[in-house]
Amino acid sequence: MEKNIIIKTKNFNFYYGDVKALTDVNIKIEKNSVTGIIGPSGCGKSTFLRSLNLMNNLILSARYEGQIIIDGEDILHKDIDVVALRRRVGMVFQKSNPFPKTVFENVAYGLKINGITNRDFIDQKIEESLKGAALWEEVKDRLNVSAFDLSGGQQQRLCIARALAVEPEILLMDEPASALDPTATLKIEELIQELKKKYTIIIVTHNMQQAARVSDYTAFFMMGKLVEYNKTNIMFTNPENKITEDYITGRFG
Amino acid sequence: MIERHFDEELQKLNSKLLKMASLSEESIYLAIEALKNRNKELAQNVIDNDIKIDEFELEIEDYSIELLAKRQPLASDLRFIATGMRINSELERIADLSVNIAHRARDLSKEPALKVLVHIPMLSDLAIKMVKGSIDSFVNRDLDAAKNVIKLDSEANNLRTEIHKKLVEEYMTKDVTTIPRSLSLFLVAQHLERMCDHAKYIAEDVIYLVSAKNVKHKHEEILK
Amino acid sequence: MTNRRNNITEKIGFGILTLCLIVVVLIIVVIFTNIIINGHSAISWDFITKAPTDGMTKGGIMPAIIGTFFVTVITAIFSIPLGMGCAIYLNEYATQNMFTRLIRISIRNLAGVPSIVYGLFGVMLFVEFMHLGTCILASGLTLSLMTLPMMITASEEALKNIPMSFREGSLALGATKWQAIRTNVLPYAIPGMLTGTILGLSRAAGETAPILFTGVAFYLPYLPKGLFDQFMALPYHLYIMATQHHDITLVRPLAYGTAMVLIVLVFMMNLGAIILRYRLRKNRKE
Repeated sequence: MEKNIIIKTKNFNFYYGDVKALTDVNIKIEKNSVTGIIGPSGCGKSTFLRSLNLMNNLILSARYEGQIIIDGEDILHKDIDVVALRRRVGMVFQKSNPFPKTVFENVAYGLKINGITNRDFIDQKIEESLKGAALWEEVKDRLNVSAFDLSGGQQQRLCIARALAVEPEILLMDEPASALDPTATLKIEELIQELKKKYTIIIVTHNMQQAARVSDYTAFFMMGKLVEYNKTNIMFTNPENKITEDYITGRFG
Repeated sequence: MIERHFDEELQKLNSKLLKMASLSEESIYLAIEALKNRNKELAQNVIDNDIKIDEFELEIEDYSIELLAKRQPLASDLRFIATGMRINSELERIADLSVNIAHRARDLSKEPALKVLVHIPMLSDLAIKMVKGSIDSFVNRDLDAAKNVIKLDSEANNLRTEIHKKLVEEYMTKDVTTIPRSLSLFLVAQHLERMCDHAKYIAEDVIYLVSAKNVKHKHEEILK
Repeated sequence: MTNRRNNITEKIGFGILTLCLIVVVLIIVVIFTNIIINGHSAISWDFITKAPTDGMTKGGIMPAIIGTFFVTVITAIFSIPLGMGCAIYLNEYATQNMFTRLIRISIRNLAGVPSIVYGLFGVMLFVEFMHLGTCILASGLTLSLMTLPMMITASEEALKNIPMSFREGSLALGATKWQAIRTNVLPYAIPGMLTGTILGLSRAAGETAPILFTGVAFYLPYLPKGLFDQFMALPYHLYIMATQHHDITLVRPLAYGTAMVLIVLVFMMNLGAIILRYRLRKNRKE
């Protein structure tokens, strides 16, 4: 079991200035699993997700304590190479944010900033990534149209393809389907099941049923604390904690 | 704490289940009364009443499915609706078995009585006790009561075997004219024992509902 | 009842706003017609290709056009990189704290300082302290100082308009901060930045006070040959013709002609900004 752990946090605390956003988070995340993070708004779930690729470093008042160990390395250590970390830990955002470039350039972006110029390699990688994001068939003849011409669901899958192109090990998804219609949501959820064969996925979602559908493990955050972390099937049929039960049955939140 | 309209719906489902339970419980009482007192009319009543119970079963099933589709329940809500649906069909089977017993009671009332075996009233009392116990455990979400029901099940099996043995040894092999009546009683014992099984299933469902532990096919822990 | 009153209020409000617009348009139309009516007779090929002659009562304004052109180029060379760099630093890199807020407020305030103050400051700093003397370079530098606040503010606004998600999306793919800015922020901010910049420059081209003591000449028989020469400029030439000439009524048509050229020049620069922005926006979409 311990061998398969890819992310491990130890007494992780996070502050925005004087406000404590996360308290003593201890969690172990298994490789090639899907972990759903649920909790009411402001519970710290997005903060936690964004800590895993140090996206919170963009916020100047951010401060943290404890350890986040990814692949045996404490990413909170001051000598960590943030840029290299973010290549390993990809992220898909809540609002699909394709760049105002063509489909091709969007996927190629990560490769180009990493200094890859070999055209054949890029072509191949783009096909691979778009296939990986289940988008290739829909856009293979339209690689040079603007990403904004794609539908909302396609844009989000494009963002997934963009993240895949730099070959991450871990994919963080921040409510990836919250702005999509049910069909597009279903596609993303199906895609997640495919992706977990190659990647470890952590997904923040407001949609309890979505967490129940896509994740192997579910973590429930509440007021900055990890209240319960359990196998998804247990979490949604028989949560151990009363607060979890009340939240997932919609009694508050 | 948010007031949930869903809670009212679950409450409604609960009351429907309680009504279903009282209907099938009533039908056991009456069937056994008909058997004991050789009362043809009462037996006929039980048989005629079954159609209402069948309809009510469907009503509960439809309502549960509607709630599943509408609310996509999780955790205790999910367990309640899922076990509710199972208990519903167990109750319907119990009612069907009562009808079977009523049929036998009707037939037997037309023939001269056999000397009553003491074991048959014992088994019917046990069946009533188990069904009532399982329903009470559901009403009160009472784990111990449910476990007690499960514990009684082996007794029902023994009684049935005993009855079968006695019927063969004391009537069928001694006097061939008693064979049709013996066979009817043979079946009655069989039905009563099945009733006890269904009561046990209800008790298992209650245990799942309350504790989320699935104890089907593994009673060792409870019987300890 | 309330509904009807609301309707009436709505109509009155709408009427007042329409009136405001009409007044503004009217003023502009009056100014333009006035200048065109009085100035068109002065406009000729000679007017824009010849130097003034006969005590500036005859001839053209070519040296002033050239002077204004070069002083604007110098202003652009100094102010554009400085202004954009400053804006990028302030918006992308600087910690947002009391100090940067103070800087930002100061910059906004500087935009409102009268241009004559810049002129005097230019004399002190460039002409005297740096010993540049009165020359086209000193004037260009002074104009740069004057336009910088406007450029920084406009450029910062342009940068602010770029969604955070462009930066985050880029950083999340392992870009460094500068890579994210260069590849995913600047390309989309530049149209907006350029618009602000060109508007700033067109204002600089029309300014008199900052060049008044720093390098502009009343009349020069030659064109500036280097950065340290004095120069003639359209706004100053206009000022002379309109207020300082020994025979103002005689040269009035020439003054109007100069005004027309200056307006056309500024208008062309603004048009250029619009076209540039439009084309860059279009490229971005494709």
